[in-house]
Amino acid sequence: MNVGFLFEVLIGGLLAGVMYALVAIGFVLIYKASGVFNFAQGAMVFFAALTFVQLVKMFGLPMWLAFPATLLVMVAVGVATERFVLRPLVNQPPITLFMATIGLTFVLEGLAQLVWGSQPHGLELGIEDVPMEWLSQAAGINVSQFDLAAAAIAGVLVAVLAVFFQYTRIGRALRAVADDHQAALSVGIPLKHIWAIVWAVAGFIALVAGLLWGARNGVGFSLTFIALKALPVLLIGGFESVLGAIVGGLIIGASEKLAEVYIGPYFGGGIELWFAYVVALLFLLVRPEGLFGEKHIDRV
Amino acid sequence: MKRSMLALALAAAATGFSGTAAAQAKEQFIPAAFYWVGPFAPGGSGIAAGFLDYLTLLNERDGGINGVKLTWEKCETEYITSRGVECYERLKKRGPTGASLFHPLSTGITYALIDRAPIDKVPLITLGYGRTDASDGRVFPYVFPLITNYWSQNTAKIRFIGQREGGMDKLRGKHIVNLYHDSAYGKETLPVLEKQAEMYGFKVTNIAVPSPGNEQSAQWLQIRQLKPDWVILRGWGVMNPTALKAAARAGFPRDRIVGVWWSGSEEDVIPAGDAAKGFIAAGFNAAGDKFPVIQEIRKHVYGKGKGELEDKSRIGTIYYNRGVIFAIVSTEAIRKAQERFGKGQPMTGEQVRWGLENLNIDEATLKRLGASGFMPTFRITCEDHEGGGGVRFQQWDGKQWKIISDWIPTDQKLVRPMIEASAMQYAKEKNITPRDCAKEK
Repeated sequence: MNVGFLFEVLIGGLLAGVMYALVAIGFVLIYKASGVFNFAQGAMVFFAALTFVQLVKMFGLPMWLAFPATLLVMVAVGVATERFVLRPLVNQPPITLFMATIGLTFVLEGLAQLVWGSQPHGLELGIEDVPMEWLSQAAGINVSQFDLAAAAIAGVLVAVLAVFFQYTRIGRALRAVADDHQAALSVGIPLKHIWAIVWAVAGFIALVAGLLWGARNGVGFSLTFIALKALPVLLIGGFESVLGAIVGGLIIGASEKLAEVYIGPYFGGGIELWFAYVVALLFLLVRPEGLFGEKHIDRV
Repeated sequence: MKRSMLALALAAAATGFSGTAAAQAKEQFIPAAFYWVGPFAPGGSGIAAGFLDYLTLLNERDGGINGVKLTWEKCETEYITSRGVECYERLKKRGPTGASLFHPLSTGITYALIDRAPIDKVPLITLGYGRTDASDGRVFPYVFPLITNYWSQNTAKIRFIGQREGGMDKLRGKHIVNLYHDSAYGKETLPVLEKQAEMYGFKVTNIAVPSPGNEQSAQWLQIRQLKPDWVILRGWGVMNPTALKAAARAGFPRDRIVGVWWSGSEEDVIPAGDAAKGFIAAGFNAAGDKFPVIQEIRKHVYGKGKGELEDKSRIGTIYYNRGVIFAIVSTEAIRKAQERFGKGQPMTGEQVRWGLENLNIDEATLKRLGASGFMPTFRITCEDHEGGGGVRFQQWDGKQWKIISDWIPTDQKLVRPMIEASAMQYAKEKNITPRDCAKEK
């Protein structure tokens, strides 16, 4: 076995895992704050990235201005989601809220195409997605500087969100709401404001993920599919942990790439998609709540 | 849709819904089941626009085909097989003579309709996609994989690579990676590629990309390690720009990647940005709007504000022009059928099938249509529903596709026996007695 190549596959997998984690964080945020598995996260990524690109292309906005403008749109989407989708469903079972987010998915996908069209677009963020030459020459390993930049951005996001949840008043309120809507309301936590805030923050995460994935593969409907990559990450990391999303992403990224390269040929290749779920299921057998998920104890 | 629906509604109202034979006789109904939304909308909407604009051109400029107006109704399939079948069922009996023909624009929908089409007598035109062995018209009388099927295309692709290497004999000892979409579509060319590898002495490594193909770092790391001479990209949708981006990350030269025609549109390369520069793709239609047929559409359709596209920059793109070809073969088959069954009369699906089986798109026809160089010449017969059209290769220069080869003929000596063997196997499984084409001439 070529150790250098093994190392390269491993690094490639870890960096791919960071990209998955970026999407998974959006799921975690909503779940952590409201106990809702937000099926619409992939659609939000698509909506945000397409809005950003079209603001630049159609209206000629510079990127530095298109970013806050898109953020405003995503905040509006978050507030509207709270007002028209979630508020009428307060105290309903989680499955009802989950079904509502499925509906929201189709609304966002349709709205994005209706407003901005269905054509795919390229997106250049000014970070070249090519191997770093000095590393290629020194170690024979290709690592893209874009991947490193994405990893740095994910790291910053995790740190900011960890501080936000742990040390801010709103963060603690978000956690209380996730535990029990009714109990949170009874102690005076303004549920509707809290939900609007968390959906707006999830919109921000979706925008960041959308820009990075869009710069990687182009901005088009296919961005909705990246949610599929986040699901096994969540199963491993736990639905309530931002740190878990990162660790889960790294585990999934590395294991699926190693499996594709070293086991795939024995199965005709193309195994990485389902292999990620196999890994996630194995973790579930040992830790049903995920690596960093909260252990729930129900009194009987 | 609004126009065609309005036309149909007005026609129905004028005839009190029952209609008179005289009022209905001058309309030829063509279903327009495509996809304008969803993950594959960029391809579907472009093809649909070219298709419908050409039909509008014939109505506006020529008054239809020999005075028979073309009517249509749109139906959104979203590239979903069940929806495609629903569209087919809903539209097959529309118009005075029913659906003239049906473009499924999806291999999945094609497979779902193969058994229904002969019963309903509606020809399926699967131009550049679908079931390859349906090229044998003796077993598949109602399916027309016109111009070139996937196997034929693959033989042209290897010939192109041979040309680039300096001759087919130079392929010996070369290594080609076939990076394919892990689906029935992606796997379609595995057998023919294997045969060609034996014939010419090159090595093939097949690498699958799980659908949708939006993460390919593992596959391109493998390619980097294998160091092949060429990569064949048999992708679809997001798999294509992702592959080109991943190739750039792996440091693999893009001018050594040759894509199938479903990898070679503007929508496949623009999202990849600079990473797509130099990428080569096969095609059975040219890009650009300088062809007389496209200029006529600009003049008679968009000049009157009747075009399908809001974004007119899409006129002349690969998918748009491909839609125009879809319409050209459809309307020329109707025209041919009229020559036999009655000029100025709407044709039934069965009559259009005859038109398709006797279609000869030669240079003179292309010149008449303003489509010289726009598409290859081909000839359909009862036995051969493909027609032996050539394949052209084009290269993306960062802004547009540039044609870099002539029409390269396909290797029918290799492909035809494979098609016949596969079709006969299908006939055996389905208990179909192949037609005797000699009796039908």
